[in-house]
Amino acid sequence: MTTSAELPAAEVVGSAAARLLPADTPIRFLDHDGRLVPDAGHGRYAMPRTELLTEAYRRMVLGRRFDAQATALTKQGRLAVYPSSRGQEACQIGGVLALRDTDWMFPTYRESMALVARGIDPVQALTLLRGDWHCGYDPHLTHTAPQCTPLGTHLPHAAGLAYAARRRGEDTVALAFVGDGGTSEGDFHEGLNFAAVFRAPVVFLVQNNRYAISVPLVKQTAAPSLAHKGIGYGVPSEQVDGNDTVAVLAVLCAAVERARNGHGPFLVEAHTYRIEPHTNADDASRYRDAAEVAAWQRRDPVARLESFLLATGALTDEDVGAAREHAEAYASQLRDRLLHDPEVDTGQLFEHVFAEPTPQLREQRRWLEEELRGES
Amino acid sequence: MAITMAQALNTALRDAMADDESVVVFGEDVGPLGGVFRVTDGIARDLGDDRCFDTPLAESGIVGFALGMAMNGFRPVVEIQFDAFAYPAWEQLVSHVSRMRNRSRGAVGVPLVVRIPYGGGIGGVEHHSDSSEAYYVHTPGLKVVIPATVPDAYSLLREAIADPDPVIVMEPKKLYWSKADVALPVRTAGFGNAEVRRPGDDVTVLAYGAAVPVALEAAEVASDRGRELEVLDVRTLVPFDDQTVAESVGKTGRCVVVHEAAGFAGVGAEMVARVQERCFHSLHAPVLRVTGFDIPYPPPILERFHLPNADRVLAAIDRLQWDDQPDPRWLTEVPA
Repeated sequence: MTTSAELPAAEVVGSAAARLLPADTPIRFLDHDGRLVPDAGHGRYAMPRTELLTEAYRRMVLGRRFDAQATALTKQGRLAVYPSSRGQEACQIGGVLALRDTDWMFPTYRESMALVARGIDPVQALTLLRGDWHCGYDPHLTHTAPQCTPLGTHLPHAAGLAYAARRRGEDTVALAFVGDGGTSEGDFHEGLNFAAVFRAPVVFLVQNNRYAISVPLVKQTAAPSLAHKGIGYGVPSEQVDGNDTVAVLAVLCAAVERARNGHGPFLVEAHTYRIEPHTNADDASRYRDAAEVAAWQRRDPVARLESFLLATGALTDEDVGAAREHAEAYASQLRDRLLHDPEVDTGQLFEHVFAEPTPQLREQRRWLEEELRGES
Repeated sequence: MAITMAQALNTALRDAMADDESVVVFGEDVGPLGGVFRVTDGIARDLGDDRCFDTPLAESGIVGFALGMAMNGFRPVVEIQFDAFAYPAWEQLVSHVSRMRNRSRGAVGVPLVVRIPYGGGIGGVEHHSDSSEAYYVHTPGLKVVIPATVPDAYSLLREAIADPDPVIVMEPKKLYWSKADVALPVRTAGFGNAEVRRPGDDVTVLAYGAAVPVALEAAEVASDRGRELEVLDVRTLVPFDDQTVAESVGKTGRCVVVHEAAGFAGVGAEMVARVQERCFHSLHAPVLRVTGFDIPYPPPILERFHLPNADRVLAAIDRLQWDDQPDPRWLTEVPA
């Protein structure tokens, strides 16, 4: 039996609560030109290892090329739709590199770049958007949940899965992507609350890219920042310059390690920007100015990291050339593999509704097969 | 010794948890309190408060969290406190729980049970008496079972927990305190099998949940009047037992469907359609429905006017064209 009779003193609540709050300004290491800023990491976060940063750079170059190729393939009718994450490379790749292979990732539809950065075959990663199935990779083999299309609904899944792992004594962490719009959903609230109450090792990564399709952040929330939402659940939080790969990795790696060590969930808000429209079907000129996009292009995460790593000598011009060449070859191969229409198996429509199809599903499958054979 | 349906469900949970470490029970007030209907009574105390635990008051969170656990080796059995409180979990059930296996081409199964006390007849105030089964039945990927007897309550719940797919177990609140002499564990017919609760040659009555005793009461009276009703307890709405239903209607040539939920687009409408598709040439009369009205569930003092009863079932039986003359009421009357 527990008792709720005694209330904690106000000053105890106050000091405990303060530790949950994010920094007043986003954590940064690099300025917009890729130079180290004076108060790098606000003195609270360590510079990530150089090898991690060079690996991040290679995957960001690859990710950006993949993203451009997917957009082109959509225009050619090879994908049904494509939500680009151009401009969000630091978050996409940072989220992946903060995890071990055995950790779980919970992506949304905008995380195609993160999927391929995780090593998932690009054709499998694009299955949802190509339209030949809803998910093309095996979630258990890849430790990656299917991309979630309804907003925020995967956050309770991440909490439950991570809690299940922790109950078994595993040190698995789950990282869930969500957007600024997604933080308005009820399941954002329920996911954070459950993760906190059950001390589930989950890192919630909010990519605040400023728009939920057309609706700007100012119409989405009255909170001081999206990271401030964490305190209401007792979840510590941080805000970070989402176009600064060094800062994103520094904060995410700290959050993941904290969760892994049994200290519960963590909320990270990454300030970034969606350079492309919501999808190829969207017209962003109806709701934002080209000048705004241009301003954010000057904060390009790939260029910033490249300048920094070249300046420190961690990368050479040859490395940069090699990364780009590799990305070109990758894109070209992807283009070739998506040139033909996917093969479809109509039997699969009925096969996976249940582990064993019901008599009614078997009957309906037979009807379709007869129809396709021209026997109906 | 006679036990109640609630006790049978409690024993089913305990036995499943004893057999399989991965079975966990959670929801609102299921811990020390034992659930508002006491279905989880004593389980947290006896099997551990890590096996049976309270959660924050948030149904979408409960079901979504359970899905995450089910993706990672557990077999969660969650309790939704009342039928109408399941609606916040609707998106989780429809968009994720029901689709995860299909979405992942069979890679990710969801062995998850959602127990929902449902239906009226207990004097509940608003939001405590809904018959919401049609919503779940209409969602591909969910199995939906409804016990009407004490042995079925035990057996269907055990089968649901062992099932590799998500199962909605709808528990008729009105029957929680119904009693039967039954030695547990007991195994009754598996999913996809309707059961003949009373044989008869004249009319097939299809019912489930709290409508089964209503149908049996009507059958008793009808027998006194010289008509033998065959009462089929459908038991598992998904998967549905077309064969037993068609065999019975093929024999009787007449059919009445009974349920508490609103009739319009209810489960009864589906059953009527399936009966006429399969048994048209055996039918001597239109297949009739005895259901709740198409109204929001009434307040407790008025619920008796809404709920199907034996008299309404008997009235429907009387209209089954026994003299081979069409009942004019069913021919041309179109509301203005």
